[in-house]
Amino acid sequence: MSEKQSIWVFIEHTDGVIADVSLELTGKARELGDQLGFEVVGLLCGHEVDPLAQDVIAHGADRVLLADHEELALYRTLPYARVAIEEARKRKPEIFLIGGTPNGRDFAPRVASALRCGLTADCTDLQIGDYYVKKEDKTYKDLLFQIRPAFGGNLIATIVNPHTRPQMATVREGVMRKPAADAARVGVVEKIAPVFEPGDLVLQVLSRQVRKSTIKLKDAPVIVAGGAGVETADEFALLRELANLLGGEVGASRAAVDAGLIDRAHQVGQTGTTVRPRLYIAAGISGAIQHRAGMDQSSKIIAINTDPNAPMFQIAHYRIVGDVGEVLPLIIKTLRERSMDQREAE
Amino acid sequence: MTDQRPIHSAVLVKQVPDTHNVTGEVMTKDGTMNRGALPAIFNPEDLNALEMALDIKERTGGTVTVITMGPPKAANILRDCLFRGADRVILLTDRKFAGADTLATSYVLQCAVQKAGPFDLVLCGRQAIDGDTAQVGPQTAEKLGIPQITYAETIIEITSTHVTAERALDSGSEIVRCTMPVLLTVVSSANTPRPASVRRQMERKLAAVPSEYAAIRAQWPEFESDEALDAFLTKRGLKIPVWTAEDIGATEGSIGLAGSPTQVHKVNFVVLESTESKTIAPTAEAIKAMIAELVHEYIVG
Repeated sequence: MSEKQSIWVFIEHTDGVIADVSLELTGKARELGDQLGFEVVGLLCGHEVDPLAQDVIAHGADRVLLADHEELALYRTLPYARVAIEEARKRKPEIFLIGGTPNGRDFAPRVASALRCGLTADCTDLQIGDYYVKKEDKTYKDLLFQIRPAFGGNLIATIVNPHTRPQMATVREGVMRKPAADAARVGVVEKIAPVFEPGDLVLQVLSRQVRKSTIKLKDAPVIVAGGAGVETADEFALLRELANLLGGEVGASRAAVDAGLIDRAHQVGQTGTTVRPRLYIAAGISGAIQHRAGMDQSSKIIAINTDPNAPMFQIAHYRIVGDVGEVLPLIIKTLRERSMDQREAE
Repeated sequence: MTDQRPIHSAVLVKQVPDTHNVTGEVMTKDGTMNRGALPAIFNPEDLNALEMALDIKERTGGTVTVITMGPPKAANILRDCLFRGADRVILLTDRKFAGADTLATSYVLQCAVQKAGPFDLVLCGRQAIDGDTAQVGPQTAEKLGIPQITYAETIIEITSTHVTAERALDSGSEIVRCTMPVLLTVVSSANTPRPASVRRQMERKLAAVPSEYAAIRAQWPEFESDEALDAFLTKRGLKIPVWTAEDIGATEGSIGLAGSPTQVHKVNFVVLESTESKTIAPTAEAIKAMIAELVHEYIVG
């Protein structure tokens, strides 16, 4: 067992492929680990997943704890949590990062509750810093600053856990950047042999259907996104038309998803997908911080809104005060005319 | 099912500020938030959890008990539950609960569920819109020592010992079968919550917690004293019980701020970075110029 303090990352995988978010977090853990002098450990549970361990190391881990057991073949809360809880009790990691996927959000609170430690959901940034507690007149050094929008997104809160370990946080896919794999990186693969109790195995997975996502928001070069200001299906169709013209994807704010105008898979923001396209067109999106947290790294932002005070205008490069139903057709017409001019020129 | 027996459910609900409808009046000039200006609503996915419990009760018989932790005004959502068909509601309120994070909240809910139970099912919404953490459900399950089915969308089968449910995940779906008791967190696509029934609304409109007695007596002067009203409501099962930390046997160090491992280090009001930006008129000419600029910068191909 290693004596060195450690940062853990929960490694999720499906059909022999590690989830991007787990590798993104391995990269972030490497950064934090270098800053603190901690070891980065990937917790990999599964069955016959040995080949994945090197991938975790290649993305920045020093060590992979590999729990291989047939009861771990598919993700299930209790067997996976059993491994994490027992190993964490033994090895006492300082920090434990988990992807904000449905299963990550199922796993993390279960583990945090058993370890009686703090957990912060959907962080948009993680930093290391010192925290002074006045009541104790004591400064806690090198805590994990878990930064997330709070209370409807009008505030950004920095959460700390001075007294409990590990300091646990979930982060959505795309928030951290995935590091380049370094196949030459060397690390230790440590096998652990989990022992389950009958109570861990009371839930059976009868079937699992994986829907291949047809939309690839995260990697789209252009995103045309609609919000509450897009009121009808016809106006939403304009977003699709414009996205197709620009070779991009349609995105949405939570308001549009909640209104049933578009599937949740299109949602951009803290609780959706984080994107960094070349061009982001925000149509009728007021710009709550949760939404902005998911798109403010876009190279260029065009905001269209009837409300001149919409917060989105403050981060936009191009501000168009106007109605989505009028402005979008103008942009579409201009682009169509351009492509016709080009064709004529050829 | 031939071996069907009545199923007893507890539903954990929360009254939340309506953060989805933050309007201009809610934000003050210095960028802070006027919380009082936000209406308090029934957390949407908790209504889906209640609907699932009521639907199960209609299929199997049994009872639905609703529990909430919150200030006295959270009695509003408990009345709503009674109008929609819940059999029993309980308000957990105590100043000592204040400042709880999800861990401390789940401990209080554990104590309350254990006192009010036993239950076959514990249901709650997947997450609350004021924090979106989705943590309290799994944390409560862990503390109760029971399994959990998160993101539950459909109850496929329920027998006297097992429940089979479909989970709706971003990446697809999953059908799982689990022994009871089990905790389920319910997603919004699970169902359409039924409205309050008019008949029950008539029958149960006086349902109240004691701190509301004065307001009721102002409207119904025929109740000469709080005691008279209390006796009237108790007799009809309309007195909403209020449980404190002491009532549920909660240990002080584990509740409220003291029982919360997470601390808020600082809160920053959102300061928007001012980017170099241009205002474009919503006219054909201006938009054409903007597109030309984007083409020039290789943003648009």
